[in-house]
Amino acid sequence: MNRLNTHTLYALALRLAPLSLFAALFIAFGLLSDRFLSLANFRNILTQSAHVAVMAIGMTFVLLVRGVDLSVGSVMYLVAVVMGLYLTGLPLVLQIPIILMIGAIFGAVNAWFVTRLRIAAFIVTLATLFIGRGLALYFSETKMVFQSDAVQTLGRSSFMGVPWAIWIAAVVAAAAWVTLTQTPYGRQLYAVGADLESAAKAGIRVKPIVFSVFCICGACAAVGALISASEVGAAAATFGYQMEFPVIAAAVLGGTSLFGGRGGVFGSIFGAALVQTTENGLVMLNANPYLYPLVNSLIIFVAAFVDGRRRVLTERLEQRKIRTEA
Amino acid sequence: MSEVLLKVQNLCKSFFNVRVLRDVGFELRRGAVLGLVGENGSGKSTTMNIIGGVLAKDEGLIELDGRSIAPTNSRDAQALGIAFIHQELSLFPNLSVEENLFLDHFPRLTSALPFIDRRKLRELARKALELVDLKVAPQTPVLRLPPGERQLVEIAKALSRQARLIIFDEPTTSLTAREAERLFEIIRRLRAQGISVIYISHILGDVMRLCDDIVVLRDGQVVASEPRVNFTIERLVTLMVGRTIDQLFPERAPVSGPRRAALTVRGVSQPGVVKDISFDLNLGEVLGVSGLMGSGRSELARILFGLDPYSDGEICVGDTRLVPLSPRSAMDRGMAFLTENRRGEGLMMEASIADNIVLPSLIEQSHGFAHFLRPAQLSGVARGVAARVQVNAKTIDRTAVRMLSGGNQQKVVIGKWLLRAPSIFILDEPTRGIDVGAKYEVYKIINEMVEGGAAILLISSEIEELIGMADRIMVMGRGEVRSFCERANFDRETLLSAALWD
Repeated sequence: MNRLNTHTLYALALRLAPLSLFAALFIAFGLLSDRFLSLANFRNILTQSAHVAVMAIGMTFVLLVRGVDLSVGSVMYLVAVVMGLYLTGLPLVLQIPIILMIGAIFGAVNAWFVTRLRIAAFIVTLATLFIGRGLALYFSETKMVFQSDAVQTLGRSSFMGVPWAIWIAAVVAAAAWVTLTQTPYGRQLYAVGADLESAAKAGIRVKPIVFSVFCICGACAAVGALISASEVGAAAATFGYQMEFPVIAAAVLGGTSLFGGRGGVFGSIFGAALVQTTENGLVMLNANPYLYPLVNSLIIFVAAFVDGRRRVLTERLEQRKIRTEA
Repeated sequence: MSEVLLKVQNLCKSFFNVRVLRDVGFELRRGAVLGLVGENGSGKSTTMNIIGGVLAKDEGLIELDGRSIAPTNSRDAQALGIAFIHQELSLFPNLSVEENLFLDHFPRLTSALPFIDRRKLRELARKALELVDLKVAPQTPVLRLPPGERQLVEIAKALSRQARLIIFDEPTTSLTAREAERLFEIIRRLRAQGISVIYISHILGDVMRLCDDIVVLRDGQVVASEPRVNFTIERLVTLMVGRTIDQLFPERAPVSGPRRAALTVRGVSQPGVVKDISFDLNLGEVLGVSGLMGSGRSELARILFGLDPYSDGEICVGDTRLVPLSPRSAMDRGMAFLTENRRGEGLMMEASIADNIVLPSLIEQSHGFAHFLRPAQLSGVARGVAARVQVNAKTIDRTAVRMLSGGNQQKVVIGKWLLRAPSIFILDEPTRGIDVGAKYEVYKIINEMVEGGAAILLISSEIEELIGMADRIMVMGRGEVRSFCERANFDRETLLSAALWD
């Protein structure tokens, strides 16, 4: 077997790693719990993963330009608090654009620090993670914030037999897919992620693009808040707490690279489903709650490991100069 | 339509009050290829960056088609029909060929909405690729293309923007001989179509073959601007350095005594990389390795130094077999390796010259059980090495390597290995992209080492360099050793054909 072939096989193995993990978990949970393998439960998993999927899609935009947004969980809580405290009197059609704005503005703050002051996204969003939650806790006084009837109804009802949560996620996914693959903006995003300097040289306006991805990510976090709050009906002080982990894990498990320039919408949806399946399976098994973080961290590890290996592999392929064509 | 497309007059440019360009002027005819040669730092890049809109001029006049122009960024220059193809290509490997071609002006479905017209994109891309005879599907990711084809994509990109003037900066450094031939063919075709080309290269042979006129720069001034027929390579070199180099290669005192093998390689194979490689490298000799890029020569070097694995055969240093082979064990046995990629693998660009030089010798230069370092001692050692390899820089301790010219950077890389006094030194393309003067100095360092009894494995794409420096030449092709050639029988034609033969 020649080297090219082993490389291809290796690349294939890496690509299939998350899928195999998914299959393995599925089988394991199915064997261990008789309630896991049921249509009702699948539907349940899908609905539960909707908010993670939406937020992972937003995160994908940021990761594509080699950024990261740690503040998504806090945005989620902030939005849920504002929605439950100040927007209850408004109809849903008004609430939605307002929370999208809040999310986008929060993202714009992140973006401003990253693009203008050139502070690393990791540091900026780590700070706004605390700022966002602090602000929201100040508003809520750490009390439980209940959502309006309109929002709660959204969480309980379906359209054409499919829960609204899934419809919303589908709309976000479709819009994101079109943006990433069918618009100049989307393709330029990939170019910026591959090489910021070359992108600037190629005449791409880099700053507005980097700025925009944080706004998109913020807005997606707001949508995630809407979906999640509508299901729970209220937001406790821990709402959205540590959400950045499953969200980033979902995106990376779906093939989006932490090194930028690689990734897509469908992968992120798959990643979200994988993350949520684990969660669901553990609940079904009545597993020890102390086990959850261990299992979650294992998944994140797999995601990061696969991403890292893939990067090494691409670099090797780049290096390889012997060609069969000769 | 005038005969002259580009006219440059009295171009001046200073950086921090240092004059880098002084009254540079030349003319470029429509449909002509102009060669621009000069040592590193002679002002070639500055001139081209001004024409290409990367830098602003201080004084002077640039006329394109009779109109004075002053592009302030690369977009401006593009709009004027000037395309600049840099040494480091600016393609995005994660995007497809067609997307790279039209990244900043995608065809849209409707002008009002930002949606890409995929069908039109493919059609336009296909047309653009036809112009350079590149037969790849437009949707292929650039990641899959070899360097030569990537360059063609870059040219297609320039042509699809109606470029009238294409500037090539060292276009052949990452190309195989065959890919370079193809590039020259394309350039000749561009010329026939009336497109003007400025061709910058250190490979004077290529410049002589390709160009109609040649401009020689030295210290920011034009020292000659004449039709090619007036030049010979010797004259070009003399003009570039400003002094006569009687010989491009310094003399080396022959090493007496019996041959002792420093490195013995027997039947080394790695599937898909190299096959059944056997040779001896003796102390006090330069063994040249010739072969096209992709012949396995650089890969062999990486294996010898323990960077890449091999499945069969054995590698002995002196009498001991190295198992397992790792860079550390190779270094402990007195091996050193100068990679062909000095930016990526050989240097810490942001660190000082001194820090770079002492890096591989930190343990040897330390004291006590905890390996404490003495800064004064380190900087003394570094200064000694820097003087030996003649690095031109104000301060060894403070100047970042990034600030040095290519030739000086290469001397730093060589210097850092010299400090370890290697007995076996593998040099992969040690003079790539550096100017004639610096080359000569690198050759002198090599000779000094050989006279001191070291064994050198010199990998090079330049046949002249191998003929000038090596005692024996090993020709590689397709991962195998094709032939050996003793100094007495060196012949350019034979060596080239041995490498090219399939």
